[in-house]
Amino acid sequence: MTASPPAATVKDNREKLLERAMSRYQYSGDALIEVLHTAQELYGFLPPALLKTIAHKLRLPASRVLGVASFYHFFSLQPKAAHTFVVCLGTACYVAGALGLVEALDRSGAKPGSSGAKNDVSVQTARCIGACGLAPALIYDGVVHARATPQLIKAELERIGVK
Amino acid sequence: MSVKTLEIDGRMLTGRTGETVFAVAWDHGIQIPRLCHVGGLSDVGACRLCLVEIEGRKRLQASCLTLIEEGMVVKTATPKLKSHRKLIVELLLAERNHVCSVCVMNGECELQDLAASHGVDHVRLRYQFPSLPVDTSHERFGIDHNRCILCTRCVRVCDEVEGAHTWDVCGRGTASHIISDLGEPWGESDTCTSCGKCVQVCPTGALFSKGKTVAEMRKDRGFLKYIVTAREKKQWIG
Amino acid sequence: MTFEELCGKQTEEVERQQALKNRIMCCTAAGCLSCGADGLRQAISAEIAAQGRQADVELCGSGCMGMCSRGPLVLSAACNRLYGNVAPADAAALVSADPAATETLADRAIDLDSPFFSKQTRIVLANSGHVDPEKLADYIAAGGYQSLGKALTAMSPRDVVEEVKKSGLRGRGGAGYPTGLKWELVMKQIPQVKYVVCNADEGDPGAFMDRSVLEGDPHRVLEGMAIAGFAVGAQQGFIYVRGEYGLAIQRLQTAIKQAEREHLLGARILDSGFQFRIDLRVGAGAFVCGEETALIASIEGKRGEPRQRPPYPPESGLWGAPTLINNVETFANIPPIVQNGGDWFASVGTASSKGTKVFALAGKIVNTGLIEVPMGTTLRTILFDIGGGIPEGKFKAAQTGGPSGGCIPEQFLDTPVDYESLVTIGSIMGSGGLIVMDDKSCMVDVARFFMEFCMDESCGKCIPCRAGTVQMHDILHRMTRGDATEDDIEMLETLSGLLRETSLCGLGQTAPNPVMSTLKYFRDEYEAHIRERRCPAGLCQMESQLEEAMA
Ligand SMILES: Cc1cc2nc3c(=O)[nH]c(=O)nc-3n(C[C@H](O)[C@H](O)[C@H](O)COP(=O)(O)O)c2cc1C
Ligand code: SF4
Ligand code: FES
Repeated sequence: MTASPPAATVKDNREKLLERAMSRYQYSGDALIEVLHTAQELYGFLPPALLKTIAHKLRLPASRVLGVASFYHFFSLQPKAAHTFVVCLGTACYVAGALGLVEALDRSGAKPGSSGAKNDVSVQTARCIGACGLAPALIYDGVVHARATPQLIKAELERIGVK
Repeated sequence: MSVKTLEIDGRMLTGRTGETVFAVAWDHGIQIPRLCHVGGLSDVGACRLCLVEIEGRKRLQASCLTLIEEGMVVKTATPKLKSHRKLIVELLLAERNHVCSVCVMNGECELQDLAASHGVDHVRLRYQFPSLPVDTSHERFGIDHNRCILCTRCVRVCDEVEGAHTWDVCGRGTASHIISDLGEPWGESDTCTSCGKCVQVCPTGALFSKGKTVAEMRKDRGFLKYIVTAREKKQWIG
Repeated sequence: MTFEELCGKQTEEVERQQALKNRIMCCTAAGCLSCGADGLRQAISAEIAAQGRQADVELCGSGCMGMCSRGPLVLSAACNRLYGNVAPADAAALVSADPAATETLADRAIDLDSPFFSKQTRIVLANSGHVDPEKLADYIAAGGYQSLGKALTAMSPRDVVEEVKKSGLRGRGGAGYPTGLKWELVMKQIPQVKYVVCNADEGDPGAFMDRSVLEGDPHRVLEGMAIAGFAVGAQQGFIYVRGEYGLAIQRLQTAIKQAEREHLLGARILDSGFQFRIDLRVGAGAFVCGEETALIASIEGKRGEPRQRPPYPPESGLWGAPTLINNVETFANIPPIVQNGGDWFASVGTASSKGTKVFALAGKIVNTGLIEVPMGTTLRTILFDIGGGIPEGKFKAAQTGGPSGGCIPEQFLDTPVDYESLVTIGSIMGSGGLIVMDDKSCMVDVARFFMEFCMDESCGKCIPCRAGTVQMHDILHRMTRGDATEDDIEMLETLSGLLRETSLCGLGQTAPNPVMSTLKYFRDEYEAHIRERRCPAGLCQMESQLEEAMA
């Protein structure tokens, strides 16, 4: 998801891919959410300029596009950090002590909902990632860890240089 | 046009097919409380103040969205409804920072009126004291988010009557707030026509005209009917 | 493909599978994937190549096999065994299926006659664990698309609706509305354009039934939707699936492509005049979008805000057209109903709740995982016979219905699980999340947890829910900190009444349920927090204690 050089060619390609997604839906305003999904996949997040372009192409009011993008927690209006922890706070994980994981991250200075916090770690919480049998679950940079512990978090943070 | 007869608060009333319980009640002087409804705009059923009891229906119904039916029996002011309305007003007062004494709308505010008519002399809930901005970047108007109750009248009037759709709701739940365009300051909006309709429909002092004193800040909410009938029926009646 | 060709294909594939020396099914549902199923699968595949057994040993992925706590799971047809905690090192033994070699696996074999399996009845999950979700031929071999063929060749839309009505099937998405009646309503609508929508937004934060069905048996849901399309007269279907469910999305995409290629979806289905397309719509992280009117707004590209009903979606749904919305599990029940008849289905379950229900068991229980039981099974059977009981400590409560449900205390363990009984004891069936709590769980904290969830997920449109959940959470939070008074309990009750009666949609209307049920059965815990500033479960950190610790 992070852009890799050479920036220029990657950029051109992304614009084309987004355009293709919009034309697949005949630039219909009804497809706003699908288009936002594609845009976020391509760019990692949804900066204002991108929202403006989408509003323009789908012939929608800009405020409505931001209204929709900000309603859904999946869409990120800010750039993502290099490392992401997602702590599952679904019922099963909560009962199994997931708050301990949040606290462990908290102590390192990275707070839930924070993006690009200390040493570029972002901490997010999720409502049930569907691994209830393996509670508490933690997703670290896209990999699911079953029965996660504060120790595991500490070790990972140390590995990437966050104390 | 066919007519229907129904009972509201013990009175037999008639209304036209397609009219709402709310409209028929008000036509006959039964003033059901409301905050999100304003004549001339679509209804969303969000404030829940206009809820009424209808015989034979399990749930309370938003009268602004309920069409009249022949033989309907409606009650608009039972003790249960009154106590719900009172608590809803308290919820609003505790949600943001409504300080009437320093508000330009003091005495003209629909929320303040409701609090008075429902006997809200103190709020039983904890004030949330959120820290919210005031945007005065527009040359003629301002928006004070501390006083916004998210009724979305401004969003609807701007979209449905002016056609600009400058306003919308951003975020969700308790973080919801009104935005212009992509959240830029109002004064920088390139869609706002400065028509001032949003200011006129705002029930509180959230949207206001700059440089007006309390006395001058009387909002004329009847203007909407005038514009809408003018547009739709080509009749210019005041 | 015509119906005859479909039947021919079934026979052919069954014979091919029988001719194999061994078929190894490796569970590739999310549970097993997160404990190494992928590596295991690669190891087995490499081993098949190494032993040169490509011709007579087949390796397949499968949907959830149920015992998630023992993953990764592998089913070996030759040994007729299900193995748990399998490691890549076991690959050689599994492939050879040689009795001497599999000796090392013997102690990890899972007893298929244990109550975990014997007390279950699998209708929805019949294929889960036996069919490769990525192979259409596998589904066809198991009798897949036969029901669609039967409906198209031997039944009228009216017949199908009658059969569903006769079955007594009720919606599995939470509210339990009779499915047959809903179909009839949509069928009777006059407009030509109608839609069928599958609600796969599974939002209850402790539930994963729908995800398992979609991951493990996607074609079954597609078949159920196509039959619905035929019955109500729709030509377009949508599946609104949770954005978090990457694997389910991928499997659905694959399945739709496969079905279209074989004319099981799209134009001229099974060479008949019936056409039906299915498109996916991926959700973007909003629980409220599970509510049907919010879901419709979301498919239309808007903020997922519910609207007042009536009009209900069967009259006015997507783009104002008559729309049938059903849950994943509801659709998954359709093919067997059409195949075996409504009477057959109605013979399972209780008087008012027919068929089976899938539950996701989680929390303080030995066998966490996915189970399916006949309606009317008691909680005790589910938790103690099938679930294996509480690992350590003492049972305190079972939570059903997630943020809209309630906590069921010990005295109701013998209550049969059906729609009405659960409501009587202050909970709801919900979508099937079943979370077990022991004496280390604080019920005030559980109530606070669910209220926080509703507060975060409230769309914000109506005042009682938007501002009311904030106030209720504020009170519950203060209780767990030892900073509340008796008046606060009263205010909680008042606010509960307000939210229940005045909120615009089901989210706000049911948000007080966890509070009301814990107040009813565990009032002593609330009182301990308030009067003694003490948490009986020892979980909540009281402010006074914090101060002491600081001093
Ligand atoms: C807040 C809220 C969330 C809901 N979430 C879901 C959900 O995740 N999945 C679901 O199938 N139904 C959900 N429902 C119920 C749906 O509105 C609808 O009743 C259901 O999809 C109908 O299908 P059924 O008749 O097959 O149960 C939810 C309802 C509410 C009020
Ligand atoms: S009850 Fe809650 S979720 Fe439902 S419409 Fe009202 S604010 Fe939105
Ligand atoms: S006026 Fe009807 S809900 Fe607000």
